[in-house]
Amino acid sequence: MAEQLTKEDIRKEANIVYKKTEVLTDNVLHYCPGCGHGTIHRIIAEVIEEMDIQSETIGIAPVGCSVLAYNYFDLDMHEAAHGRAPAVATGIKRLLPNKYVFTYQGDGDLAAIGTAETIHACNRGENITIIFVNNGIYGMTGGQMAPTTLEGMKSSTTPYGRNIKQMGNPLKMTELVAQLPGTYFVTRQAVHTPAYVRKAKKAIKKAIQYQEREKGLSFVEVVSNCNSGWKMTPVQANKWMEENMFPFYPLGDIKVPEDK
Amino acid sequence: MAKAVGDIVVDIERCKGCEICLEACPQDVITMSKKVNSKGYRYATVADEGCTGCANCAIVCPDGVITVYRVKKAG
Repeated sequence: MAEQLTKEDIRKEANIVYKKTEVLTDNVLHYCPGCGHGTIHRIIAEVIEEMDIQSETIGIAPVGCSVLAYNYFDLDMHEAAHGRAPAVATGIKRLLPNKYVFTYQGDGDLAAIGTAETIHACNRGENITIIFVNNGIYGMTGGQMAPTTLEGMKSSTTPYGRNIKQMGNPLKMTELVAQLPGTYFVTRQAVHTPAYVRKAKKAIKKAIQYQEREKGLSFVEVVSNCNSGWKMTPVQANKWMEENMFPFYPLGDIKVPEDK
Repeated sequence: MAKAVGDIVVDIERCKGCEICLEACPQDVITMSKKVNSKGYRYATVADEGCTGCANCAIVCPDGVITVYRVKKAG
């Protein structure tokens, strides 16, 4: 029976089990092949589609590789100055408290120039969701060292590896904000395999749903790759990430709501 | 015999040939094409049989270029 099915029989509208969500536009993503940004964009869009809140959601794009995020989400989007996405999101959420507001930021945007905005937005407990994509490097500008670059990790400004004595310690932003009373849900996820993508999607869904409770800020870090910056193929970069990034940035929920 | 028969359709012009779907495929039926698309990337292709329509490839595809079809079979 199974052998008789031709490709034409299988490729029917009724048999579709997965296709690109309508919340993403048809623009071709400008990201490098294999970059985690595309996957993270897609799962955020899928969550918004599942929750049916496309017209109720406002996204804030950062500066960095994902500066053009507004081209890909079919949502109301706002572009913020470098690092200021949480401040812009604060303003939007306070004026339009019934909308779902999320920021999408990289590690250069959130953990370097935007540290103050991030920490204060978290400490004030704004009812927004921050999606923090951590790939340990400044991807857009050519692979320079970021605050999140690991010890000994090579980048264009640390060609012999990050030296802690000279360049300081890598910053665990997610653990840091988890200590603040204003954060409600803090988690760290990854998107390099199907299982992790599913987990990350669940976490992002929770983080957006928790805005309805008005109990504080939800913060989702996604550890991602930068195969161009790390000078590896996408598959190698994912393996390297598992071996080197995850021991320092362990995955899992860091702060979960007490009143589940 | 597999209980589900599936197939994927890759949007060839949007595929960037990152090969992450190859790693994710539990059936190992995805291969890279010998031809390239207009941007010069080799794109993902699927074998004629063996796909179960599990959608793992589509879930990890960074560019969202894969559409998955599945037909459930009794036997």
